[in-house]
Amino acid sequence: MAATPFLAFDQVSKRFGPTLAVDDISLDIARGAFVALVGASGSGKSTLLKTVNRLVEPDAGRVLIDGADVASEPAPLVRRRIGYVFQGVGLFTHRTVGENIAMVPRISGAGRIAEERIGELLDLVELPRDIATRYPEALSGGQRQRVGIARALAGDSHLLLMDEPFGALDPITRARLGERVRALHEELGLTTVMVTHDMAEALLLANRVLVMEAGRIVADETPAALLAGAGGEAAQALVAVPRDQARRLGAAV
Amino acid sequence: MSDLLAALLGLGPQLADHILLSAAAVALGLGLALPLALWAARSRNVAGVALGFASLVQTIPALALLALFFPILLAARAVFGEGLPTLGFLPAWLALGLYALLPILRNAVTALTHVDAEALEAADGIGMTRWQRLRHVEAPLAAPYVMAGIRTASVWTIGAATLATTIGQRSLGDPIFAGLQTQNWALVLAGCIASASLALVADGLLGLVERGIASRRPMLAWIGAVLALAGLGAAAFAVAQPGSAASREVVKIGAKPFSEQYILAHAIGIMLEDAGYRVEYRDGLGSAVVHEAVTSSAIDISVDYTGTLWTNELGESGNPGREAMFDEIVNWEQRTSGTKVLGRLGFENAYGLAMEREKATFGLFNSIADVAERGQSMTIGGDPEWFERPEWQAVREAYGLRFANQRTFAPTFMYNALKSGEADVISAYTSDGRIAADDLVFLADPLEALPSYDAILLVSPRLADDPELAAALKPLIGAIDVQTMREANLMVDRDEDKRSVDEAARWLLDEIGAQPASTR
Ligand SMILES: Nc1ncnc2c1ncn2[C@@H]1O[C@H](COP(=O)(O)OP(=O)(O)OP(=O)(O)O)[C@@H](O)[C@H]1O
Ligand SMILES: [Mg+2]
Repeated sequence: MAATPFLAFDQVSKRFGPTLAVDDISLDIARGAFVALVGASGSGKSTLLKTVNRLVEPDAGRVLIDGADVASEPAPLVRRRIGYVFQGVGLFTHRTVGENIAMVPRISGAGRIAEERIGELLDLVELPRDIATRYPEALSGGQRQRVGIARALAGDSHLLLMDEPFGALDPITRARLGERVRALHEELGLTTVMVTHDMAEALLLANRVLVMEAGRIVADETPAALLAGAGGEAAQALVAVPRDQARRLGAAV
Repeated sequence: MSDLLAALLGLGPQLADHILLSAAAVALGLGLALPLALWAARSRNVAGVALGFASLVQTIPALALLALFFPILLAARAVFGEGLPTLGFLPAWLALGLYALLPILRNAVTALTHVDAEALEAADGIGMTRWQRLRHVEAPLAAPYVMAGIRTASVWTIGAATLATTIGQRSLGDPIFAGLQTQNWALVLAGCIASASLALVADGLLGLVERGIASRRPMLAWIGAVLALAGLGAAAFAVAQPGSAASREVVKIGAKPFSEQYILAHAIGIMLEDAGYRVEYRDGLGSAVVHEAVTSSAIDISVDYTGTLWTNELGESGNPGREAMFDEIVNWEQRTSGTKVLGRLGFENAYGLAMEREKATFGLFNSIADVAERGQSMTIGGDPEWFERPEWQAVREAYGLRFANQRTFAPTFMYNALKSGEADVISAYTSDGRIAADDLVFLADPLEALPSYDAILLVSPRLADDPELAAALKPLIGAIDVQTMREANLMVDRDEDKRSVDEAARWLLDEIGAQPASTR
């Protein structure tokens, strides 16, 4: 390996009481990769993801971005350079959509954000610009998640962390938003790590799929390799689900 | 009706003081509650202790809490020096501030611990510092609940502030306490109406602010806030006004909560005003507080009774006789605090045994000894306290008293019991107005078994050496006989042809020939 990886985990472990949520994981992620993190509930996906923006502090090991340890500077500074999207979205209900987005540059001392910039960010997530004056309570679930993504992009981050971002959406919205994110990933040159329960989604969007089990990564394959049967038992069990569904749908036609 | 209106219109100064006291107390509660709430929101233990403390404070009756601050501040003088006020605004402010703590604290802690977890994760996720998260997310989300707490606290505090009267702070409680004691219902009603209206107005305005915040209509919140502040400003202005015109220092006259004390306080006030002093009345001070207040110069003048001071302040139990007791008290006051006993007013308000005149004359009962000898078949009545008091012990043992029956009555019914024959002898206060009204006589006490309760005039150490003040009050010394005092008391206490305290005071002065020059 010649270049330093963009994101690297170096023997990272995290324990919650008796549970070893992340078990000595070492992993390199190249710049521009779209990585999907799949696995059963409780396997440690969220915990691993949050060690990157330090919402979880590992008990052992280091996380490096561009070769620099994320623990070497205050957590807020690290987080401002990382986009973070999660299932609950967490829009600030007492602020308008525009203010929610503008909060990111505001807290980092970048001052007021131009209305034009908010408009652009809303364009990116395919929302009408006039939605900026609305309050979160007046949005649909899909619209809220789009605002969440726009807010995550407002800091001009190159790293996007997503924890089941589409978990609460209906299948159609989910598919459309997935494609939109994939396109943004290309357009903005992002490096993306996305936790998902849905193997089909992982196979369609990512160019690298990691499978976790009990705090360890048990498979690390491209979608093509997984579809060709690589990755071992646990990975194949996950791939079997969408494959089965597709076959049964085919038979029904 | 016109009485009520007049009473209401006269409440300006009380209203202004009441508003300022309540606002200051709520501000204190808020100032204590917010930092505590921030701390408590981060630690379950702190939350437990803080809320537990606030709830405990809340279970103390407001009246007791206010009174408790008197000894607390007295003790605090060891640290802060003798200048620390123990009565008036300071204790009222502290006690009511603590009282206002609970609703604000509870709402703030609840709001802060229930801020949407996802909003917090997002706040951290986009890189807010702790302070930024508090300012931009937690505080605004908790604000409507905190505001609701402030609103509740305000209503409670405005109600409880009426009790500040008992520790010498002017408030809308003044007319309530004075009216209750003298059964002047117009005064009571005026005080209640004024404080209830104030509470309603405050609740309405703060409600406006609360709704403005919760529904994101800043205009609404501003209107409420500006109106509330305008009210505060007007009160502050009103309070500042008379102070600026103060030409001569104010003499504060204290009174315990019963008619005789009110009448004497006003009589003293009239005399002093006539001599050019400015006076302020501290009506309705708790009985226990008055002596401490005058000896610490929190008030300047009080009327007390020798027997009371003898047992409660000097801690004596024997009975040295009337003259010796008086002399000893004069010395003791001078020695321990520099308080000056100006003299005796002339009458006693003692415990005595009373009978209907007719029955006493017919049975040739002149003294307690006669009753001990020939009255074994009679019934004695007393208020519940009487039969527990050392005076009863003393008089019973001295004369070997024995009665066929011993019955307890509520004080108001004791006199009826005499009339209806349910009791033949009752315990009574010697200066009580009903003695005159019901034509009762007191049985003589040749053995001096009952301690004397001479009414005496006390002057605070601050004014103890003011010769003008002593001269102005001289006409009262030794001038009021018990007959006159009874009649003055009766004027205020009776149900028909009731007189105000001020009228009774002027009548009394006129009667003893000490009427001030201005009305002569
Ligand atoms: N804050 C915490 N305190 C205690 N245990 C925790 C905490 N966070 C996670 N865990 C435990 O660590 C393990 C891994 O949790 P994690 O949230 O990373 O799983 P996950 O793979 O994201 O699951 P899911 O798919 O259900 O979101 C689980 O057993 C979980 O109960
Ligand atoms: Mg998870």
